[in-house]
Parts: sequence; structure tokens; C-alpha cells
Amino acid sequence: MTLSVRIIPCLDVTNGRVVKGVNFTNLVDAGDPVEMAALYGAEGADELTFLDISATVDGRETTLDVVRRTAEQVFIPLTVGGGIRNVSDVDRLLRAGADKVSINTAAISRPELISEIADRFGSQVLVLSVDARRARTESGFEVTTHGGREGTDIDAIAWIEKACGLGVGEILLNSMDADGTRAGYDIGMITAMRSVSKVPLVASGGAGTLADFAAALDAGADALLAASVFHFGIHRIGDVKSYLGSHNYPVRAVAAR
Amino acid sequence: MIAILDYGSGNLRSAQRAFATSGVDVVVTSDPATALESDGLVVPGVGAFAACMQGLRSVNGEAIIRERIAKERPVLGICIGMQILFQEGSEHAENGNHKGVGVWEGEVSRLNAPILPHMGWNSVESESKSTLLKGVVGESFYFVHSYAAKKAVGKMQGWSFHGEKFLAVVEDGYVSATQFHPEKSGDAGLALIKNWVSAL
Repeated sequence: MTLSVRIIPCLDVTNGRVVKGVNFTNLVDAGDPVEMAALYGAEGADELTFLDISATVDGRETTLDVVRRTAEQVFIPLTVGGGIRNVSDVDRLLRAGADKVSINTAAISRPELISEIADRFGSQVLVLSVDARRARTESGFEVTTHGGREGTDIDAIAWIEKACGLGVGEILLNSMDADGTRAGYDIGMITAMRSVSKVPLVASGGAGTLADFAAALDAGADALLAASVFHFGIHRIGDVKSYLGSHNYPVRAVAAR
Repeated sequence: MIAILDYGSGNLRSAQRAFATSGVDVVVTSDPATALESDGLVVPGVGAFAACMQGLRSVNGEAIIRERIAKERPVLGICIGMQILFQEGSEHAENGNHKGVGVWEGEVSRLNAPILPHMGWNSVESESKSTLLKGVVGESFYFVHSYAAKKAVGKMQGWSFHGEKFLAVVEDGYVSATQFHPEKSGDAGLALIKNWVSAL
């Protein structure tokens, strides 16, 4: 009776398709999100995250439809993030079949959005996505927006403490320095944020080798999110779980039925 | 026919689909007659204990649950839908505990754990023979909650652990409940749902 660590593939969705980003610019079509969600679910993903990167209203409607179709056939928790600005956006996503939503920029510009969502739907639906990078703030970590391109001068530790007080249920910590490098999660950053977060912490950015996943857990992560290593077929979810299981980390085995 | 009681709870769509995989008709409804007459009633629940009770009362759900139990018709509570079946809950209760439906004695209180919510997959253990856990004993299910009941009630109990031991499953005649979300627990969850549906 031990809580397992969670392995979470992240799918970037735009206009109804999953895309792979290469150096943030060259977006390559990677497949149908519903099919990929079902595949990752069958392979033992513990949750799924859709990041809606659509810039248009049409794209957002299409993403709602993707959420609906995924929720119809994949019976594991689904988090959806990207472009959420208010309580109505959250309501629409939950009704479409999302279990959790992740917010980022909108919470930075208006922190009370956190308590508005938590009061209405409960903290358990709300993931705060924090895009952080190393900088000369008090803790040495700064919150950024626009995929790490714009600084905010907000200290990441202070922000997480504030957000926990306002009622977030989980923190998704994305290292903008490590993102896409496959050089390992930012261990120093995870350690620093773990020391102040009273809610579960999902590490994101930098997963490369199997040992990288274990290192993030040692630093205090409760769950591990990765995108490119799964989409590019470098590791399968089962490989990560077998590795962690054989090194005595609690993982959920997926029984063949 | 299975009825999923709709009283403002968020994501009922995937619950409906999950129960439909057992091959039964499933409706999401707040209509009292349908909720009362269905072969099985599922009481879901998200958010805080008191808010959940308020929503339940707004559709006369408390009376429906009591009447179903009196008439020996199966009820399944899920997550907060399990918690509100207890006498009282201490979530956000500054001036005394909030009252629940009171099918079972005792209170639902905050888990004593360093990190909350208890979020993710955890296994469930049971010492006695379970209808719901048939074929899935020892498998993991998806939990997301900060409060739980910690004392045994009913005829069969399944236990889990996060900071302390708590009730994950209760079976008590026509009333059953799970603290985890079977509709979000992959194949093991669907097997548990099928076990409940088959026993109706």
C-alpha cells in the first residue's frame, strides 16, 4: 500500500494533431492525439497531459473535441493545459472530459484566478504549471512566460508558496533550461521547489536517460512528465517503469488482461 | 439501467463511458424517479464535503439514497460520494463538523501526510472476501483526495495507506463505496465496475 510514482507523457496538441517541437520552431506532425493517448494508456501511462498550443478559437474548439474523444476511450486521468484564462474555460474542459486543468500565464497576471478555480471545482482539478529558469532572483530561480522567452522577475519559490496558499492541488515544474535538451531534469530546481511545496510535484523538462527519471525522484518529484523521449521512441513507458521498479521505486504494474 | 446522479459534479462523461463498458445502459440524471428506480445508482462527487452535500440536497439526493437503501436497491459512492455517506466530515469545518448522509457512523477527516492531496495510484488490501475487488485484489487504483474515513464500517473493508491507513473500499449490503476513482483506474477500475454491475 504505497503511492506509486506517476509517469506522464505530454502531448502538444494544435488544430487536432499532436506536434513535436524541434528547437521550439520546427513543428512536425506526430500523429492523432486520441490514438496516441490510447496507445500510451495501454502501455501503462499513469496519466496523460494535453497541452493545447492552438493560437486560434477554431483550434481551441478542435482541442475540446479531442478531449471529448479521448475521455470516451481512455480511462486514466487527463490533464489539459494551454490558454485557460477564466473559470468558464475550466468548466468547458471539465465537461468535455478533462479531470484536471493546468494554468500558467493567466495565474501570473491574475493570481486570484487560482482561488476562483479551487473554490468552484476543488483544488484537486488545478495544476499550476511553473516555467522556471535559473536567474538572479532570491532563490536563483525565476518564473518565465511564453515558453521561457520572457522573464517576470518573480522568484519561483515565492510564487509556489503563494500558489499553494491560494489553493493549487499540484505543481508542474518545467525547467526552461533543461527543456528539450535530454540532458537530465534540473535536479537543483526540483530540490529547491520540493522544500516549499506541500502539494504533489511533477518534474518536467530534460528527461533523457532512464537514470534521469530516478534522479528526479531522488530530488523529491512525485511524478515525471516527458514528451520527446516517448514521442521519438527513445524509451517506452514500460522501459521507464521496469527500470524504476528494478531500482525499488514504487511503480504501477500494468497487468495484461 | 444504471443512473449516475448529476448534482453539479464536474466530469461525469467519462464515468458514464466507464460504466457503459460493462454492457449496461447508463444515464446521467438528476431526475428523482430515475435515480430511485434504476437498478444501480452511482453517487459521484468532487470538491469539498460541505459543497458536495449542498449539491446533493439540491436534487433531493440524501432522501433518494436513504430510500434506495430501505428498498434494498444498490448504491455505489465514489470519492467524495463515498465520504458523504458517513455521519460527518471535518473539511473546512470551523464551527463543528459538517453533517453527511449518515449511512455509516464516524467521521471523514484530513489524512496525516506530509504531501496532500493523496494523488495517484495506490494499492488496496482486504482481509475478507470482496465482491468489488474480485480478480483485482492487490492492484492499484487512482486516488485524489485529502480526507478519508479511518475506522472500519460495513461488512467488508479494503484499506490503503498514505501517511496513515484509511478506508479505500466499503461493502455493506446494498451500499458500496470506493475512495478511489474506478472510472479513472484503467483496466483494474473497469474490472471493479463490472464486478459491481454483475452483482446488481
